[in-house]
Amino acid sequence: MTDHHDFDKNYLENGKGFKSWFFTVDHKRLGVMYLWAIGVFFVLAAIASFLIRFEHLSPGQTIISAQTYNVLFTLHGAVMVFLFIVPGVAASFGNFLIPLMIGARDVIFPKLNLYSFWIYCAGSLILLLSLAAPVDTGWTFYTPYSIDTGTNVILVTFGVFVLGFSSILTGINFIVSMHKLRAPGLTWDRLPLFCWAAYATSLLQVLATPVVGITLLLLIGERYFGLGFFDPAKGGDPVLFQHFFWFYSHPAVYIMILPAMGIISEVIPVFSRKPIFGYKAIAYSSLAIALISFLVWGHHMFTSGQSKLINIIFSVITFAVAVPTAIKVFNWLWTMYKGSVELSAAMLYSLAFIFLFTIGGLTGLFLGALAADVHLHDTYFVVAHMHYVMIGGTVFGLFSAIHFWYPKMWGKMFDEFKAKIAFTLIFIGFNIVFFPQFILGTQGMPRRYFNYAPEFETLHQLSTYGTWILGVGFIYMLYTLFKPVGAADSNPYRSVSLEWQMPSPPPTLNFKEIPTVTTSTYDYGTKVEQEA
Amino acid sequence: MQIMKFIKSLAYPSEMLPPIVEEESHFDPETEHSAAKLGMWLFLATELLLFGGLFAAYAIFRAKYPVMFAEGSANLDVVLGSVNTVILIFSSWTVAVAVTAIQENKIKLVQVMLWITLICAAIFGINKYFEYSYKLSNGIGPGTDIFYSIYFAATGVHMLHVFIGMAVLGVILKRTYEGRYSKEKFTAIEIGGLYWHLVDLIWIYLFPLLYLVG
Repeated sequence: MTDHHDFDKNYLENGKGFKSWFFTVDHKRLGVMYLWAIGVFFVLAAIASFLIRFEHLSPGQTIISAQTYNVLFTLHGAVMVFLFIVPGVAASFGNFLIPLMIGARDVIFPKLNLYSFWIYCAGSLILLLSLAAPVDTGWTFYTPYSIDTGTNVILVTFGVFVLGFSSILTGINFIVSMHKLRAPGLTWDRLPLFCWAAYATSLLQVLATPVVGITLLLLIGERYFGLGFFDPAKGGDPVLFQHFFWFYSHPAVYIMILPAMGIISEVIPVFSRKPIFGYKAIAYSSLAIALISFLVWGHHMFTSGQSKLINIIFSVITFAVAVPTAIKVFNWLWTMYKGSVELSAAMLYSLAFIFLFTIGGLTGLFLGALAADVHLHDTYFVVAHMHYVMIGGTVFGLFSAIHFWYPKMWGKMFDEFKAKIAFTLIFIGFNIVFFPQFILGTQGMPRRYFNYAPEFETLHQLSTYGTWILGVGFIYMLYTLFKPVGAADSNPYRSVSLEWQMPSPPPTLNFKEIPTVTTSTYDYGTKVEQEA
Repeated sequence: MQIMKFIKSLAYPSEMLPPIVEEESHFDPETEHSAAKLGMWLFLATELLLFGGLFAAYAIFRAKYPVMFAEGSANLDVVLGSVNTVILIFSSWTVAVAVTAIQENKIKLVQVMLWITLICAAIFGINKYFEYSYKLSNGIGPGTDIFYSIYFAATGVHMLHVFIGMAVLGVILKRTYEGRYSKEKFTAIEIGGLYWHLVDLIWIYLFPLLYLVG
């Protein structure tokens, strides 16, 4: 078991070759592999989106046929949602960080953790196999079209079903780890906020995923055995599919965003040199978001013909989500207030997160308002809103994490200046892509349409030009990250949290002696900091 | 070596189940035992939510088509359904006895009880097979109407869980012969038992909802 070596060798050096990685139970290696996997899928899905945007340079056909277009936006959505953003931050940085942050040698079920990764790989492969007869339903697989279309819906939905297992098992692993493996003295109110966010995320993964599992099984049964749940001809109800689907997929939105919020809560105090403002408010607001997220799924269906009363109820609860999210935003702002703010690359991504996520969140209120939603439903306004939350939120949070924990993960430093240039390109490019889409949406441009009216051409072109800047930014960011500039010491950002109090990269079994925690994770500007 | 292990673990899928903790470990046995139980309870919660979707669909469609449900239910074989219910409840008892027995180091009793459980599960499956094939030979299938959609979907997914439970208990039984369990080390039996109770519990709800509506 605990070999002497495992405390001396860092996790990157401990074993070489494919087998030492693919069969490892080391949470850090698994986190790194998830990071690679989601990175590859992100690039794949991003390429699809670049083609989609290129197609919109002019009305009518520009480069691809209408069917290819349908396939591409389905591929983009399905890969981004199920392969990239749902596992995303939680599986990659969650795996890498949680044991380090709670002072444990691994997650509680290390083998299960490896199996989860294998299941993730298997599910991804199944989903991608469907490319042989690519699906054109959109990532939401709405009935009745998903039952009628001749494309490979069964394979894709089965892939998503398998991926669900990976998500559930990872969630269970994290929850139990945080209950059973916290180091002595690490009480719940000293737990890093990233862990709180990961805990809330895991709860959602465990409680919401099974529902989409049975939904997709029923959809497969509908196509394969002729079940009638969603088929009006047999007395079923296609809208029932939407209810089931969003009962998972709305909480899934918070599976995507909560871990990113955890990252922001870690990065901001370090680069403001101040304790986090409102620790408990941020911690509990994660749980509040998780709870409310189960009660708002109907806001995806305001125009589906569901009852007016239920529309009003869902609308009101949707507005309630703004409260815990705003609590977080204001607490981050107050953390920075009168702090000594250092604009490092990681901090810039976090600041951009606050700015872009606020735009994404506030436009969500437009969509949550019943009267406005009738006009904006299924337009580019929704597309822009969602991307402001998912890219401006989750992806910027992920990039912040990649930069912030880069020294810890790889034991090296990157070029801060180049990283800031990449950030600038990404930030500008992103806004040029998606801000015009808000305007397009208010003018009535429907989402998922191959063609568009000539008066939308200028804004569409602007949006497409933005993708080019964004693409250059991504490539430059990768270039910067793949060109490290020297070794990192154990704690280059003078953080006081536990994972920085060990060598970079961490040794295989993390802690030779399990540490005893005596202070909060955010004691900046105090005696503890000077000692660190 | 590792590839062989991997292939072996595919052959015994229950080895992939979370709580079957292996010898090597960084954590003390007490933590692992309580962690495995917590993990299993969380997993059972996901199972309840999985079936929750089916129960929700049942509630919606039964409210919409009360007559169809009454008629469909009247056409199910109540006797066979009742027999199966008794068999499953009995098998839950045998598993519970096995869990108690291992804590008193009575390996022989554990083995007998697990064998009886597996036989009960097999009888349950055989009965279900006759029920299904009788319906199908009369031209009634999953697509006949909404009631039968729910009947086949719910009992089918439940049957799948019976098979998984049999695989789990089968591997545990095999391991009892390898001397892997004792009164100090019985986590796998306990959580395997928990899983089997859930399979039983789901059926206890499915039986009245499907067979006793009229």
